[in-house]
Amino acid sequence: MTETPLLRVRNLSVRFGALAAVDGVSFDLWSGEVVALVGESGSGKTTLLRSIHGFIPPTAGSILYRSDRFGEVELTHLDEPRRRLLARTEWGFVHQNPRDGLRLSHSAGANVGERLMGAGARHWGTIRAQALAWLDRVEIDPGRIDDLPRTFSGGMQQRLQIARVLVTKPRLVLMDEPTGGLDVSVQARLLDLLRRLVAELGLSVILVTHDLGVARLLAQRILVMQRGRVVEAGLTDQVLDDPQHPYSQLLVSSVLVA
Amino acid sequence: MSEPALIVEGLAKTFTLHLQGGVQLAVLRDLSLAVFPGECLALVGPSGAGKSTLLRALYGTYVAQAGHIHVRHCGKMLDLASADSRQILAVRRDTIGYVSQFLRVIPRVPAREIVAEPLIHRGESTHAALRAADAMLARLNLPERLWHLPPATFSGGEQQRVNLARGFIVHYPILLIDEPTASLDPVNADIVLSLIAEARKRNAAIVGIFHDPAVRLRVATREFALAPLAEAA
Repeated sequence: MTETPLLRVRNLSVRFGALAAVDGVSFDLWSGEVVALVGESGSGKTTLLRSIHGFIPPTAGSILYRSDRFGEVELTHLDEPRRRLLARTEWGFVHQNPRDGLRLSHSAGANVGERLMGAGARHWGTIRAQALAWLDRVEIDPGRIDDLPRTFSGGMQQRLQIARVLVTKPRLVLMDEPTGGLDVSVQARLLDLLRRLVAELGLSVILVTHDLGVARLLAQRILVMQRGRVVEAGLTDQVLDDPQHPYSQLLVSSVLVA
Repeated sequence: MSEPALIVEGLAKTFTLHLQGGVQLAVLRDLSLAVFPGECLALVGPSGAGKSTLLRALYGTYVAQAGHIHVRHCGKMLDLASADSRQILAVRRDTIGYVSQFLRVIPRVPAREIVAEPLIHRGESTHAALRAADAMLARLNLPERLWHLPPATFSGGEQQRVNLARGFIVHYPILLIDEPTASLDPVNADIVLSLIAEARKRNAAIVGIFHDPAVRLRVATREFALAPLAEAA
């Protein structure tokens, strides 16, 4: 067991003018762990996720990442070429809207292959074989490899985005509401797929979700965010069965049980 | 005599209901006990005395307000009341098993995979874990046609047997059991009692809630009485 976390976030803040969207957040992510960020819209969970990935520069704080290639790096000071390389290889970002993570004018196979080429793959036959294998793995008919993603359903597009992200075997996967915006039956199938892939690949994941059921199913730990701050952090069953903070209690008590 | 597997000292649990104006429900106060390997300690007391709350606190699901829960984990004592999340997960993987009163169904996952999961978490191969799961389900008389189905539609007794199979598939040194026979017929209840007896023989320390006095008489080696705090005060 490695004794250093994969990711150490310390006192991270993101300000938009006077608004502190993320306000002094600290947490660790260990290798092989799934941590869910929960909270209502506007609580800062997506901003936190995007600033960890580098889409939004933090205003203050530090993010230490244990890289395969570069050893421990401070992401807030990392030069752009190395950040881009990490984003192409060791990290993956799954957008809520698959159209933000896919190239709609490229075939399904090219979407998966492009990420492999970004990570250094050059042999066309190998790239195509891996793309086929990954389409199959995310339950997309490999016969659709040359079709454009815009001919896919929403659920298929999301599965394609997941194949594109996971094909390089990233160590750190950031997911922003990956099941949001899908019909419930499609959502269930995607959740089953994510649950299986996370276990099979031993992924380390930060998962943003407003759905506590999704957090219960996928995450070992939960961070509850309210107004940019983490108000409670703990094991999934502890936070959901014995929430301590008033806001956590409100979230848990607001869930409809069908 | 051997050293205790579990030592609870001065444990307190109070629920603060922030949405109900901060009402405080004190359930456990200054509770101390020790459980030794090979023992089966039965928690007794009226409904509302905090028996299930104590089990959940011992598993780390409920946050203790005060006190210590020392657990023998990998040869050393670890205080669960102050342990971090990772340590609690390691204790749950290797040291403490918990059979809740009702199965928390994982949607769409077949019974045998639910049962095999704790073994897989400990590094067992999927193949071996599933075989062990099948053997456990067979022992608990769950009809084989159900093994490949998700338990959401199973009867209460069938779900409880899946839950028991999952709890007993790993030979945990400490086992927490909440009403294991409540929804079972006498034949299957007997099987559960022999599983508990076998766990004791391999020196597991067991803490359980057994509502049925006849069952309690057969499995428990000692009783620990709890009383609702309002009455006790």
